[in-house]
Amino acid sequence: MSDKGVVEIHNLHVSIGDEPILNGINLTMKKGEIHALMGRNGSGKSTLAKVLMGHPEYEVTDGTVTLDGKDLLALKPWERARLGVFLSFQYPQSVPGLQVGNFLRKSVAVIRGENAPGARDFRKELKDCMELLSVDKKFLGRYVNDGFSGGEKKRLEILQLMLLKPRLAILDETDSGLDIDALHTVATGINSSVGDSACLIITHYQRILEHVKPTYVHVIVDGRIASSGGPELALKLEDKGYEWLEQGASA
Amino acid sequence: MSSDARDAVGDYKAGWHDPEQATVRFDAGLSEQVVRDISELKGEPEWMTDIRVKAYHHFMARPMPTWGSTELLNSIDFDKICYFLRSGDGTKGEWDEVPEDIKNTFDRLGIPDAEKKWLGGVTAQYESETIYHSIREDLESQGVIFLDMDAGLREYPEIVKKYFCSIIPYQDNKFSALNTAVWSGGSFLYVPKGVHVELPVQAYFRINSENMGQFERTLIVAEEGSSVSYIEGCSAPTYSTDSLHSAVVELIAMPGASIRYTTIQNWSNNVYNLVTKRAVAHENSTIEWVDANVGSKLTMKYPAIILKGEGAHGEVISVAYSGEGMHQDAGAKVHHLASNTTSKILSKSISKDGGRGSYRGMVTVSKKADNCKVNVVCDALILDEKSRSDTYPTMEIKNSSCRCEHEASVSKVSDDQIFYLMSRGHSEDEALALIVNGFFEPFVRELPMEYAVELNKLMALEMEGSIG
Repeated sequence: MSDKGVVEIHNLHVSIGDEPILNGINLTMKKGEIHALMGRNGSGKSTLAKVLMGHPEYEVTDGTVTLDGKDLLALKPWERARLGVFLSFQYPQSVPGLQVGNFLRKSVAVIRGENAPGARDFRKELKDCMELLSVDKKFLGRYVNDGFSGGEKKRLEILQLMLLKPRLAILDETDSGLDIDALHTVATGINSSVGDSACLIITHYQRILEHVKPTYVHVIVDGRIASSGGPELALKLEDKGYEWLEQGASA
Repeated sequence: MSSDARDAVGDYKAGWHDPEQATVRFDAGLSEQVVRDISELKGEPEWMTDIRVKAYHHFMARPMPTWGSTELLNSIDFDKICYFLRSGDGTKGEWDEVPEDIKNTFDRLGIPDAEKKWLGGVTAQYESETIYHSIREDLESQGVIFLDMDAGLREYPEIVKKYFCSIIPYQDNKFSALNTAVWSGGSFLYVPKGVHVELPVQAYFRINSENMGQFERTLIVAEEGSSVSYIEGCSAPTYSTDSLHSAVVELIAMPGASIRYTTIQNWSNNVYNLVTKRAVAHENSTIEWVDANVGSKLTMKYPAIILKGEGAHGEVISVAYSGEGMHQDAGAKVHHLASNTTSKILSKSISKDGGRGSYRGMVTVSKKADNCKVNVVCDALILDEKSRSDTYPTMEIKNSSCRCEHEASVSKVSDDQIFYLMSRGHSEDEALALIVNGFFEPFVRELPMEYAVELNKLMALEMEGSIG
């Protein structure tokens, strides 16, 4: 492992039931880097996100994943979160009766541990982040994702990203269902908080990458990274689609 | 009755000579003599002895209910229960005078501390009788009476005679008959016309012995335009044998009065909790039952409100938690007898580890009651495949001008919900506690802060080690 490596994914194989979904993913992400992961529906993008977070439904059949040299795969999801893994969900779950403000405070306390801010500092931090995301104060009194619009859900995910300050931030289709203004706001939030993280952005579209500049772009085909490059790769995909890569992959 | 207890009854007439050792424990089992002995021990007026004896015979003759959990009901062994147990030597006005062991028990339950901070009055019942009682002087000087029921009967026999069994006759059901026959302790609360009791008053009920029967009797009368909030808590140690708690609670809200009655029931899961609670609401008065059932082996309890006067309002807000070996058969009853009366029922139940939660509700609107409003919401949350939830709602609406809303939902905690919360650093148990507390939130919001915190803690404890 390189001494600057934050996240090392090596030869990762994953199945659900008997069906293999990831077939040998290799990826190294360093602090401050933004990696975009693109690919068709069903190519394994979201699976990778959930596996990194530790979703119990998936079975890792081979390979290793480390964060700052620690074996992530041996840890429970909440242990990973406390170590610094964050997943912005494509479909965030609602928890009726759990107020957003209360939820954020509790999550910051467990994840940032002894570095968690005191009550007053937390309120200030929260206020600043909410202003940046154009989120109204009333938001804090609402129940987590309960009756939220698509845009509100994604704003809450990014608000959590900003407050939880992860080492590895995984954003699973954070751009889907957002209009231009919301996309711009959410991107501002992402840019403000990923400087100290390695960031993995999973997306179908080039659009968000105009706002959040990727260091690298990877394309996943049939559970493997078929091609990696700079931001120009995303533009090429937008132009030419995935077919040229799939032919390469099956050849 | 044991020979010791017989001596004690004899001594009672002559006055106690050895209060330090004065513990009365009746032999297990029920008979007319036991009923008469209880009444004699307490030095009650004849009318009370008579009603006890009549109630006893009604109890013996009345068959067990054939609904609810008949299997559990039929497994109650009435001959093994102790129907009267006195600890200590009467009701004290200072905690320091309460026998050390008993005081420690209530200290551990946080009662004296709560009293100092936020209560207007306190009674604490241990086994059959109240061992501590206090009320703030300002309330007393306004004519508010807050006593245990035995003292209420001694000091205000005319009020007790007027209302006792007036809302819940002993013939109402088998367990109201049992309670009327052997009742002991409970609260007597009387609020004079126009007096608003700002701080809640609290009663705490503790069963300490094995095979104990606790039969407290509570009567609350709120005179015209007055208001009061009463809170009761209860707990018992866990034994392998069963205890029986069978209370009767009668509330009377005179015109424009308001009574809120809050219960946090946390019996251990060897306690049968078979309680009859009913209130009468006169014109423009309000009755609220706020009812949390967190413990017991079997609870059957359906707080009822009779909306008798025009413009009266009734609410029954309840939560029930059924864990392993528990069955909560709880609900609400509201009878709209007058026009422009409104009611709201909110019931939330959680079952887990094979526990069973049932909502059993009844709302009636009589023919001559115009423009009534009824709102019923029942939500159930089931935490695993072994557990069960049932809903038995009944509505009899005989007046077409009634506006009636009814919603019911049953949901399960999903793996994705748990995963989402785990991804935010919360362990499985913590995640479940967050979901459960969220589910109860609309109820907890109604509680005084101190109780809300307590209930949340209680639920977090119940959720510990519940997954995986």
